[in-house]
Amino acid sequence: MSQTSGGPTRAPVLTQSIHSVYTRTMSVPNVPNTLLGLLEREPSHGYELKREYDNYFGRAKPLPFGQVYATLSRLERDNKVSPAGLEPGDGPDRKRYTITDAGREEVEQWLAAPVDPEPYLQTVLFAKVVLALMLGREAGRYLETQRAVHLQQMREVTDLKRKGNLVDSLLADHALFHLEADLRWMDLTEARLSALAKVVSR
Amino acid sequence: MSAVHVPSLTLPGPPDGPGYLVEARDVVKSFGETPALRGANLSVARGEIVAVMGPSGSGKSTLLHCLAGIFKPDSGEVWCDGQRVDRLDETKRTKLRRQCFGFVFQFGQLVPELSTADNVALPLLLNRVGRKQAYERAVYWLARLGLEGLEGRRSGELSGGQAQRVALARALVTKPTVIFADEPTGSLDSLTGEMVMDQMVDSARAEGATLVLVTHDARVAAFADREVVVRDGLVLDHQIVGVAG
Repeated sequence: MSQTSGGPTRAPVLTQSIHSVYTRTMSVPNVPNTLLGLLEREPSHGYELKREYDNYFGRAKPLPFGQVYATLSRLERDNKVSPAGLEPGDGPDRKRYTITDAGREEVEQWLAAPVDPEPYLQTVLFAKVVLALMLGREAGRYLETQRAVHLQQMREVTDLKRKGNLVDSLLADHALFHLEADLRWMDLTEARLSALAKVVSR
Repeated sequence: MSAVHVPSLTLPGPPDGPGYLVEARDVVKSFGETPALRGANLSVARGEIVAVMGPSGSGKSTLLHCLAGIFKPDSGEVWCDGQRVDRLDETKRTKLRRQCFGFVFQFGQLVPELSTADNVALPLLLNRVGRKQAYERAVYWLARLGLEGLEGRRSGELSGGQAQRVALARALVTKPTVIFADEPTGSLDSLTGEMVMDQMVDSARAEGATLVLVTHDARVAAFADREVVVRDGLVLDHQIVGVAG
């Protein structure tokens, strides 16, 4: 884990665990807009912003301090945030930022815009099933094994979710629904294997 | 906070036996010409929570009904706690179900004319437990599952989630050795289903009960210690041999 020096933020073990079984398919949040959103909540400085970001959005992959300050500089250059004085801290004074009207508009547009659906049309799963059928191998057996692995992962996430707080649950639910979608695809594919075999065989 | 009083309960139960608590060995069951189970095998350890999955018509509910002594298999053996369930006559199987098993079905199946407390106390009354003791335990279990204040309501006055939790209380009130649940969240929304599963798993663990759970919902199955898949009347045994990219 890349923990930059000076930051006391450590991701809770639970959320790290959820991430560890989940981050393979999860999109990384848009850092500039997420920081802008946190600034719309209240003016803040880089140290506090990093702490908040890591707590909610980057627990398994904390934001490096360098990236926080570079992002804030760019946002200031683009008039999305403006400096709002200095605050004394443990070390040098901290520069406090406040969001501008242009920044608020940016957050609104970003939140309102739908995220591109990611149908994962060319997954490893898909490739393995088609190839197994092409080669006359036991695609059904492969799917059964994969199904067991998926369910095992769902069990782990469910267990972590039951021990966690509401934010952990939210993240775990996202993982569970995606794993479930894979499982449903596997079930349907398994039911269609003989028909699929005829389509892909020569 | 004062300590919660747990009403005592004395019921004759089967003796402890070694090995698995519940077993199906080569169980065959047909309905007319239609085979439902074609030599199904399943072993469940004491205290284990097992999810039985499979497509519609695969035989998973038939397997549960055979394990629970509701159906008598055409051939094969069903064991529970060292006892050959399939060899018991109907009277003894009924006694076994009442005293050692708890049931939760998809639609609660509460008696609509009875109150919530009556429904939960009913299995104890059928087991000839005294009325006072039966109702004390019923009220205790309703409260434990967050249903205090609903003792006098009839099932028509309950939400789907509340009705399922009453059914769970009814299943737990006899302190069963095994709880059999057939699609217990099938009629509930995700959040309510999750709450019912949380309570079912926590209660089963706390009571040391074994839970056999039939579901087609992977998120429900994920509450279990392990899952088995029934396909075409056979139980598939999953062995995860390694994960490759």
